[in-house]
Order: sequence, then structure tokens, then C-alpha cells
Amino acid sequence: MTNTGSNIERILDTGGFVVTSECGPPRGADAGVVRKKGELLRGVVDAVNVTDNQTSVVRMSSLSACVILKEMGFDPILQMVCRDRNRIALQSDLLGAAALGINNVLCLSGDHQKFGDHPQAKNVFDIDSIQLIQAVRRMRDEGKFIGGEEIKGKPVLFIGAAANPFADPFEIRAPRLGKKVKAGCEFIQTQCIYNLERFERWMAMVRDRGLHEKCAILAGVTPFKSVGMAKYMKNQVPGMDVPDEMIERMKGVPKEKQTEEGIKICVETIQRLREIPGVRGIHIMAIEWEDRVSEIAKAAGLLPRPQLP
Amino acid sequence: MIVANRKPLEEILEMIRPYKKILLLGCNECVTVCAAGGQREVGVLASELRLSRAKDGNEIEIREHTLERQCDHEYIDQIRPFVGDYEIVLSMACGAGVQYVAETCRSKLVVPAVDTTFLGVTMEQGVWSERCQGCGNCILDKTGGICPIARCAKSLLNGPCGGSSGGKCEIDKEVDCGWQLIIDRLQELGQMDRYEEIIPVKDWTTARDGGPRKRMREDLRL
Ligand code: SF4
Ligand code: SF4
Repeated sequence: MTNTGSNIERILDTGGFVVTSECGPPRGADAGVVRKKGELLRGVVDAVNVTDNQTSVVRMSSLSACVILKEMGFDPILQMVCRDRNRIALQSDLLGAAALGINNVLCLSGDHQKFGDHPQAKNVFDIDSIQLIQAVRRMRDEGKFIGGEEIKGKPVLFIGAAANPFADPFEIRAPRLGKKVKAGCEFIQTQCIYNLERFERWMAMVRDRGLHEKCAILAGVTPFKSVGMAKYMKNQVPGMDVPDEMIERMKGVPKEKQTEEGIKICVETIQRLREIPGVRGIHIMAIEWEDRVSEIAKAAGLLPRPQLP
Repeated sequence: MIVANRKPLEEILEMIRPYKKILLLGCNECVTVCAAGGQREVGVLASELRLSRAKDGNEIEIREHTLERQCDHEYIDQIRPFVGDYEIVLSMACGAGVQYVAETCRSKLVVPAVDTTFLGVTMEQGVWSERCQGCGNCILDKTGGICPIARCAKSLLNGPCGGSSGGKCEIDKEVDCGWQLIIDRLQELGQMDRYEEIIPVKDWTTARDGGPRKRMREDLRL
């Protein structure tokens, strides 16, 4: 067992249940914004994801925001997408992240630039997320770059990736996770779960393959702010599965109560997810709504978080 | 074949604005098949240009000519006797053809009338779509005969990504997800075990990334 210093790894090692959340860096150079978002998550999460130019919109770099959060005492998870950097830049940033005391990396392909503020950009995709997992694992465990040369000073990182049980084709989703695990992935954060029935079916396939024993599954949730948001997620976000009854439930309450209803749904979802065998933690995604994370964690009985020495 | 699109008339008019004597050069190969720059398109463009310039009181002389190929000296040489009579060559061939005409007729300005887009197929009358990006190291044997480099918007070698939905790609509901196609095909072929193998990082030296490419067959050289 490697010891990366990652809070996620330490909690998993003791059989604990992990809670993570996200911090989206600002569209500017103001470190204060990161600190402010960080403050909202203090004492609420074990580790915090820092997104990498999410939805292809230019933001403060993930690594910089990670360092700011690290200085505040957080254990940041460096998100890395393959869209903007080739293998040279990715490996270089991995070394830099480890040197700056970052303990976790989340390997992603990345949204297509079409969705962002620079759709005219040239994309990179030199390697894909699975190859990135493989590369980090090899750098850490074998001390070798992708090119084969030896690394002096291995980057010690706990390795994560994402999984979307709601994307198509469904039957490929567990085998795909299998590939990520084979590549060396140690934890997974899933896409936001609204369709519990489908998630349970996916988890059953994951357990059949024994993947949950090799890789910790952290189930992703995102609260609806309004029925409008629920509809948007259902219809506009590719690979998102929002069942009709959720929309109906949100519709059924007056506008001013919808926020509370969204949070209630989220808390109930967490409670159900905790019962599913193989789910080792919860990942609460509430980008630009970080102030609600503590309320959700508290209501779902996820607090207090374990004190790690 | 190489698929191209004719440029908008305005853009072409702008390119040739200062000139009065033009050689409009079509190509009988790919651009003919994809109806972008063959003999027929040469005729259409020539009339559009003449009409438009006449309207502006700025008459133009256009010679219409279509070569068998613009990517071969042998054919380009055919315009040598008269290319000197024109101020500019407006080529309707793919980018390779335009450049080769320019290399051959060094004293002439050669400009493109089409936008060269991709290596693809004719799906049905009037519909073409991309199939290959000429990566120089074909992996179709591993992916059920469907190219993830050309047909996945992110060129993922171990897809599909989390945006694949109902067979369509996250970038557009009109675009097929290349990885859905690969998986469907692997299933048909009974080769799903192939999916479980991780395709390692690709060596892009054989692709554009390795610099301009050249192929030589010593046995064929004169
Ligand atoms: S793998 Fe390369 S050569 Fe083969 S079809 Fe795809 S881009 Fe073309
Ligand atoms: S949806 Fe399919 S084609 Fe589009 S980027 Fe993802 S895997 Fe590639």
C-alpha cells in the first residue's frame, strides 16, 4: 500500500466513509475568491476537487487554486483534463503538483471546447483519461515517464478518475470502469446521481467484477436549485439522467420552496446511496453554490468529519 | 477521397478583386466526386463571377479549364502553354492541388476557391462524412474497423467518454458518437473482449505531429 498522504486514502484505509466536494476556480486572478469558497467547506469535506477549466471556460489554473486551498489546510484534488495539454505538459504539471504538496489527482478527458468560451480553440487530446491514469501510476510506482526515462523524485499522488453510469452505451460503463481500474485508478467520483435505480444496476455490475474492492466508489450528487435547473440538467447536459418524477417533485412545490426541496432530494439521495454496498463515499458537487454543501452534509449525517492527525 | 467545400462567392470575389484575367482551374478527382471543384462547379463559379463583376461594371475574363489531376506534374504541365496569359489562377482543387499548381507555375499567384475539409466517404447523394485523419499508423484492426481518431470528437483511444448519449456525441445531437459505433461493431463481431484491452498512448510521430510527411518507394523511382 502506497502512502500518499491523501486524506481520501487515509480514511479509506481505516474503513471510513469519505466526503468530497468541489471548488471551481474563478474567472480571474483573485485568490480571495478561492479562499472564500474554501471557507465555506471548512470542516465539511475530507478533500476538495479543484476543477480544470470546467466546461472549457478559462479559469484560474487548477494547480494554483489547489495550492491556495492547501495553504488553508485543505487536501485538494487536482483535476486534470487531457483537452488542453499534451503528455509533456501533463507530466510536468504532475511533478509540479507533487512538489507543491498536492496529494490527489483526478484524471479526466475533459469536456469538448465547444461548450466553453473559446470554441475556436485547437484541442490537444494527445492521450486520454485512461492513458493518463496509467501514466500517473507508472510515474509514481515505477518512477518512469511515459517516454520511458527515469524520474528523479517520484510524484506521490493518490489517483482518481470519473465515471458516468448514466452515459451510453450503458453496458459498457462497468467494463470502462474496469479499464480505469486496470490502468491503476484508486478512487472514482461518479457523475451526479438522480436515477438511483440505474445507479444501483451499475453498482451491481461493478460488484460483479469486483471493481469496488480495487477502487473506492464515491457517489456524486448535485442539489437542484430550482425546477428550471432540473429541466436544464435533464435536457441540455449530455450524459445526465434526471427521471421525470424528480422534475414532477420539484414542480410540485411553490417557487420559493424549490431550493429547500432540491436540498431535501439531495439529502435523501445521499442516505440511499450510503446503503448501497460498495459505495465508499459521497462527492457533493455544488459549483457556485458552495455555501449549501455544509447544510447538505449535516442533514445527511455526514458530519463531523474524522480528525486526521 | 478528399472532401472539400466551395468557398462563399464573396470571399472568392475579394481574393480576385484586383484582377481582370483569370484562369479558373478545376480538378477531375476528389473535388469532382464531392461536387466542390469539378468541371461542373468550374462552370457554375465562372458564371457567378462574371455576373457579379459585370454588375459592378468591372468585367472579367475567365478561362475555364479542368485538369485530370492537380496533384501531378504530368497534368499541371498542360496549362504551361497558356497560364502566362492570365494574371491569377483560381484553383478549385483541394489544398494539395492548389499548392502543387503554385509550385509548378511559380510566376503566378494561385489562390483557392474551395476549403479542403476531410478524408471521407459519400454517404448518399449530396452527403459526405469524415472517416480518417491520416495518422500514419492505422489502428482500425483494434477498433472494429471504425476510427476513434477521426470519429470521436476527442480522439479518445479508450472511449466512450461520459458525454455519449443515445448514440450521439456530446458536441452535437446530430453527430454520431464514434465510440458507440465502435462498441456496436465489436458486439456484432463478437469481439467485445477487445474493448477491455487498454490501447496504449499513441505514437504521433507518423501523424502531422512528426512534421511534414513524405513517402518514397525506391523500386518505383526512375
Ligand atoms: S487509425 Fe489513423 S490511418 Fe486508420 S483510419 Fe484512423 S486516422 Fe486513418
Ligand atoms: S460522445 Fe463519443 S464521440 Fe463524442 S467525444 Fe465522447 S466518446 Fe467521443
